[in-house]
This record gives sequence, structure tokens and C-alpha cells, in this order.
Amino acid sequence: MQKIYPSAEAALEGLLTDGMTLAAGGFGLCGIPERLIDAIQASGVKDLTIASNNAGIDNEGLGKLLRTRQVKKMISSYVGENKEFERQFLAGELEVEFCPQGTLAERMRAGGAGIPGFYTKTGVGTQVAEGKEVKSFDGEDYILERGIRADLSVIKGWKADESGNLMFRKTARNFNFPAATCGRVCVAEVEEIVPVGSLDPDCIHLPSIYVNRLILGAPYDKKIEFRTVREREAA
Amino acid sequence: MATAVANKGWTRDQMAARAARELEDGYYVNLGIGIPTLVANNIPAGMTVTLQSENGMLGIGPFPFAGEEDPDLINAGKQTISELDQSSYFDSAQSFAMIRGGHIDLAVLGGMEVSEHGDLANWMVPGKMIKGMGGAMDLVAGVKKIIVVMEHVSKDGSPKFIPACTLPLTGKNVVDMIITDLAVFQRPNHMSPFKLIELAPGVTAEEVRSKTTASYEG
Repeated sequence: MQKIYPSAEAALEGLLTDGMTLAAGGFGLCGIPERLIDAIQASGVKDLTIASNNAGIDNEGLGKLLRTRQVKKMISSYVGENKEFERQFLAGELEVEFCPQGTLAERMRAGGAGIPGFYTKTGVGTQVAEGKEVKSFDGEDYILERGIRADLSVIKGWKADESGNLMFRKTARNFNFPAATCGRVCVAEVEEIVPVGSLDPDCIHLPSIYVNRLILGAPYDKKIEFRTVREREAA
Repeated sequence: MATAVANKGWTRDQMAARAARELEDGYYVNLGIGIPTLVANNIPAGMTVTLQSENGMLGIGPFPFAGEEDPDLINAGKQTISELDQSSYFDSAQSFAMIRGGHIDLAVLGGMEVSEHGDLANWMVPGKMIKGMGGAMDLVAGVKKIIVVMEHVSKDGSPKFIPACTLPLTGKNVVDMIITDLAVFQRPNHMSPFKLIELAPGVTAEEVRSKTTASYEG
């Protein structure tokens, strides 16, 4: 069983169909599967529904797929800082399902864990609750949210071993874990692939069972959305 | 006249400092974007407060020194930050499990409107571009105590602490305390009305009353 593919294009071979649903990892531009997004863009696949916390920014991340009009619908919690998104949304060309961030993460986690729905307090009494079942537990109202099962998950990790055991780095973990688990197939890109036995089994963040295909995406030129620094105090 | 106005009430930093007085030793806290972020600069010396970032971190450190920015290390506002010795990282599902599960002691958030029943609206203005609610709905649903820090009136002078929110809600009956540039309102539980408990320097109770349409005690 060989999980390592020579390129993003090769790793996505046979997995892309028009109208499919994708789950993508990343928060802002942090931990986004940029090689896989580039390959999806190049494939020309269209009418995509994408569950992702954000929609990239202009011409970065999923913003690239918006620019080429390959996206039919986004399921996201926050889509600011993206002019093309705004234009398509206001023109009615792009469908958006706003989903609270924690609910989106849990919908992916639940979908991947075989849980088709769950009750949550988040969004009770707001627009998010419209059309959803409300159930009272111990005197408090909760709404029913559905788990997400995607046709394909695309994620970005830090290090993986050849079997697909994977580690993330710092806050780049974010949605990559829940997104990985909810796809019928998960393709991961990483910065480094090491031989099996090189990673401490106690320190694996995403066990290999969730990773079907793997590519080495390096070298990366990671983008920072808002660079904030402090001055060194004088000695 | 202009001078009198400038000297009255709290600045953004002073509002953040007032919110910081609600911190307690050992608290795990989530700070929203804007004025709430400034609370981090006002944590009392000797007090251990751990800041949570909903994109998957406990123990937010200060902004990094120039040259030490790490694209893999950002806060929920997508700004570069640093880590502390006691920091930990986790995924978004875990992050919101701790939020929704009531493990976070306090959240300080911005607000567009708060109703006298503790409803909060802070994510959407119909007719304008909708950016999304991010993690705000999860925070108000799950965190033990919610403080809203906002200007007392909007730019056109209309009250923001009002009988009922006109904007789409972030959460219904979720706010415990309101800190504005003029005053502080608090309620002991979600069944009680808000009470005016503090006035900013130079501000009178009459002025607060005249700029508030919500009913409150005190």
C-alpha cells in the first residue's frame, strides 16, 4: 500500500468530479493545503461545495478557486478580507452557508466519527437556528446540527511518516484534524516525509488511518495575513 | 466644551483596564478582536491568567520580536503571536469543545447592540457585506461569564444598550456585564435585570440614563 504520490496532481487523480463536496483544513492562510488547492484549480473541476472555516483571501488559498468560478457553495464561519468573494456573494453567484466556527468544527468531527447529527446550544435563538429542530435537555434549548461527510478532504500537515501518521505544527493544526476525518478520501500535503519509526507513536496528532494519499508539498512560502511584532526593550 | 468631552468617560485602553479588573487568578479567558484584545495588556501583576485562542491554542504570548514571526503561530484575528512555556496547541474541534463545554471562565467581546434581557448582536448588519460570525456564537453559548465592551452610543449617537436588539442576534440572554466608555452594568444571573454599578470619571447617572433606552436598576 503506497500512500505517497509524486505530485498534488497525481494524488488527486480520479478523485475530482463536478458538484462534489470538499472539506478543507486551515484557518485564514495558516495551515492551508495550498499545493492541493493549486492542483484542484488546474484540474478545472467545478460546482464545488466546500466546507472550510474561511474562503482564503484574494488569490490566496481557496480564493484561487473562487476567482476561477469553480465554487458553487461555501460552508464557512468567516469570509472577510476577500473582495472577489464579496462580489460573487452580493451578485448572487455564490451560495454561502454561515456556520458558527465551533459548530463547523464539530460537524466535521461528528461526520468523521459516524455521528449524523448532534444538539448544541450554539446559535439558539438566532438566525442559525432557523429551520432546525429544537430540543430541550434539562430545561435548556439546543438545536440539531448535521455532521458533514465530504467526498474529499484536503489538509496540510507538518511531518508525516511513510505510512501517513501525521503531526501538525502550532496553530496550523486548526481545522486540519476534523477536516481530515470527515472525507471519504483524505489527501494530505506535508512539509517533510520521514521513514516509519522516526516519529514517536505517542506524539502522532492524526493517525495514518485518516490519511489515504500523501504528498511532499515543500518548499513552502507561508503567507502571514497580519504581521504584528513588538520592539525589543533596550538593555 | 470640546475639552470637557475629551476628559470625560473612559478611553479604549481604560475600558480594557476596567474589564481586566474582572479577571481572577487561574482564569482561562478568551478575548475578542478590538478593545477586548487590549485586556491582555492589563492583566494584574502576579496573577496567572491563561488566554485561549479559538484557532487552537492555550497560553497566548505577546507579539513576537521583529524577525521572529512564525506563519504557523497566529491568533484568531490572524495576527502573529508567540508561545509561552505553558502553552498548548489543539485542533478546532477540541478548541470549541472547551468553549462549548463551559471550561472557559470568561470571554470579553465587542458589541453592536445589547438588549436589557442580555441578548447580544455583534456579527451582522443586514444590507451590508456579511463576513460571518466566526466563533462568537459558540463563545456566548458556552463560556461561563460574558463581558461586552463597547462604546455607549453608536457613531450617530443612538444608544446601543436598548430594550430589544434590532440587529440579528449572536446569542439570546447571554451577557453578564456591559462595560462602555461611560458606565458598567452587571447582573448576577440571567433571570435578573442589569444594574448600573459604576460610572466612568466625570459621567453622571443622568447622562447614562439619557443615552440608554434599555431599562436597568440603579
